[in-house]
Amino acid sequence: MFLEIKDLSVKIENKNILKSLNLNINKGEVHAIMGPNGSGKSTLANVLAGKEDYEILNGSINFKDNDLFDLNIEERAQEGMFLAFQYPVEIPGVNITPFLHSAINSKRKRMNEEEIDNLSFAKLLKSKASDLGINIDMLKRSVNTGFSGGEKKRYEILQMSILNPDLAILDETDSGLDIDALKIVTDGVNKLKTKDNSFLIITHYQKLLDYIKPDYVHVMVNGSIVKSGGSEIAAEIEKDGFQKFQ
Amino acid sequence: MNSDTLNTLNSYSINKYKYGFVTEIDDEKPKKGLNEDTIKFISLKKNEPEWMLDWRLKAYSKWKKMKEPKWANLSFPEIDYQDIYYYSAPKGFEKKPKDLSEVDPKLIETYNKLGIPLEEQKVLAGVAVDVVFDSVSVATTYKGELEKLGIIFCSIGEAIQKHPDLIKKYLGSVIPPGDHSFSALNSAVFTDGSFVYIPEGVKCPMELSTYFRINAENTGQFERTLIIADKGSYVSYLEGCTAPKRDDNQLHAANVELIALEGAEIKYSTVQNWYPGDEDGRGGIYNFVTKRGLCAGKNSKISWTQVETGSAITWKYPSCILKGDNSIGEFYSVAITNNFQQADTGTKMTHIGKNTKSKIISKGISLGKSQNTYRGEVSFLRKADKARNYTQCDSLLVGNQCGAHTVPYIDSKNNTAVIEHEASTSKINEDQLYYCRQRGLSHEEAVSLIVNGFCKQVLQELPMEFAVEAQKLVSISLEGSVG
Repeated sequence: MFLEIKDLSVKIENKNILKSLNLNINKGEVHAIMGPNGSGKSTLANVLAGKEDYEILNGSINFKDNDLFDLNIEERAQEGMFLAFQYPVEIPGVNITPFLHSAINSKRKRMNEEEIDNLSFAKLLKSKASDLGINIDMLKRSVNTGFSGGEKKRYEILQMSILNPDLAILDETDSGLDIDALKIVTDGVNKLKTKDNSFLIITHYQKLLDYIKPDYVHVMVNGSIVKSGGSEIAAEIEKDGFQKFQ
Repeated sequence: MNSDTLNTLNSYSINKYKYGFVTEIDDEKPKKGLNEDTIKFISLKKNEPEWMLDWRLKAYSKWKKMKEPKWANLSFPEIDYQDIYYYSAPKGFEKKPKDLSEVDPKLIETYNKLGIPLEEQKVLAGVAVDVVFDSVSVATTYKGELEKLGIIFCSIGEAIQKHPDLIKKYLGSVIPPGDHSFSALNSAVFTDGSFVYIPEGVKCPMELSTYFRINAENTGQFERTLIIADKGSYVSYLEGCTAPKRDDNQLHAANVELIALEGAEIKYSTVQNWYPGDEDGRGGIYNFVTKRGLCAGKNSKISWTQVETGSAITWKYPSCILKGDNSIGEFYSVAITNNFQQADTGTKMTHIGKNTKSKIISKGISLGKSQNTYRGEVSFLRKADKARNYTQCDSLLVGNQCGAHTVPYIDSKNNTAVIEHEASTSKINEDQLYYCRQRGLSHEEAVSLIVNGFCKQVLQELPMEFAVEAQKLVSISLEGSVG
């Protein structure tokens, strides 16, 4: 099993957020999680990425034959987990090129691969940026600093395409995007998809799933997955909302 | 603050200082203590003319009547001025060596270790270096090439011998010996330092640089630097400093004077990395430095850039006196304090001429149990019509046992002056750390990256050759992992 979440219960500040959640993802699969606000979708994304604010009450997560709880944030990233943030944070004064260059090399180091040199990396970054329709000038700016909402999301996808993760988690990547930006972002995801990597797409709206075809759709309500199925569920939610699942 | 951050911070506070070695070399010192005999000894060793000795003795008599300034946000035990050596020179330095074949190989090796090669074939390209070891100048590179342009770049001792007119005219003209106790002390016992004169209309084609090294124990270093940029000339100057690890505190009290005549520009950069003391606050350099520049002529400009990472105590306010109309003063500063370090640093911009402008960008980063104070004074005198100042000071706190303080003074006697002041204090942002780590960077790398980003506005003012070094130094001051 590629990712196996078993009976996961999580709380933060005395509030139970995830309640006995189960989810399995195989290599090459695209999973979508849909749910109303406050259902615990983003908490799941952050618990997977290793954010330390949460208290794990029960359960286990296995990722690529690792007990995920044995790995810290950066080790999970180096093992191939990528989280595209809902609200990417600004880091003033830090240029994207050295930032991503260090990131890719720390991953290669863990995988015992040779580090990539400056020149090859600059080339790689440029070609990926132009694939995603990102202006080269944008690469000269500090990470996320002064970016519009749409630019930030595109930037997340650029980073994802450079780091080429085994499991990409997209946390409400569609929020705040107009239809053109949504298309660029989803095109990027579709290009990256192979039979060896997996996606976990968290979204509130069905719109995103018009562009990325999930193999499975899960409905999350009140900290648990209450229904799983194919893309027909998304259509159901589009029609009737989350009401009937609550 | 979560547990990972705390662990990383704890590992930072074990400060590893990679310049902490001692060079075993025979040295020559007078008796400990400060008195007229000590001053006469120094003057004699330097083979100085009578007028120079008189100048020193006058400063000494002023010093005897003065008390140390106490207004800074610093606490340290009383300095015992009688328990310090005021001069230390490697043996055989009665005369400055003519070339490197006359220099003790141990000294050359010392500078190689510090990354400052002196051998002809290895000297830093495009950078002329004067190196000062304890109280004497060891070598000056690229001297010949500079002489062709009429540029004088030598030790201050040599300048006293060879260019007495310039010394008599300018030494003490910006920092009078009686200004305060440390300037009086320096004027009485200064040993070596650099002298620069750029003739009218000449743009100095390379960076000039001085590298200061304290080696001997219980020895103070009192260097004196004087830079004169004649009309329409330009020079960029950089100083670097290191010292061995010792359990006792050592005193460093330098005076630096800059004079920019009409249309001249001086860019002065400092990378200060004196030994900061250990993680329990033992040892380290007491760094009491007076730096002042005079924009004497119209349209002149003086720009100070400093990266202060070392010293147990830093007391330093590189200042500009903007006398010429339209003259410009700038101050860019990064001060990082860790463990028990204390820094009280900032600047003074005195607007005298019309349309004078000043800009202050200060970035303070506090870690461990350190205290970091920005202190600045901006004043506009009566005739300073339409003068402007812009001040921005930002503080970053890493951990919860350190302190950041901002003390700005503004004094305006002219109601056309325009003053802008921005200040911020923030803690290192957990969301930024999370973001970086999610991309695969270690906690240490992430902190270093964020702090370097925070300092970028200042670091980019450094000459290119040193900007990369300075970035590394910033990272090392945070993590101390490079041994």
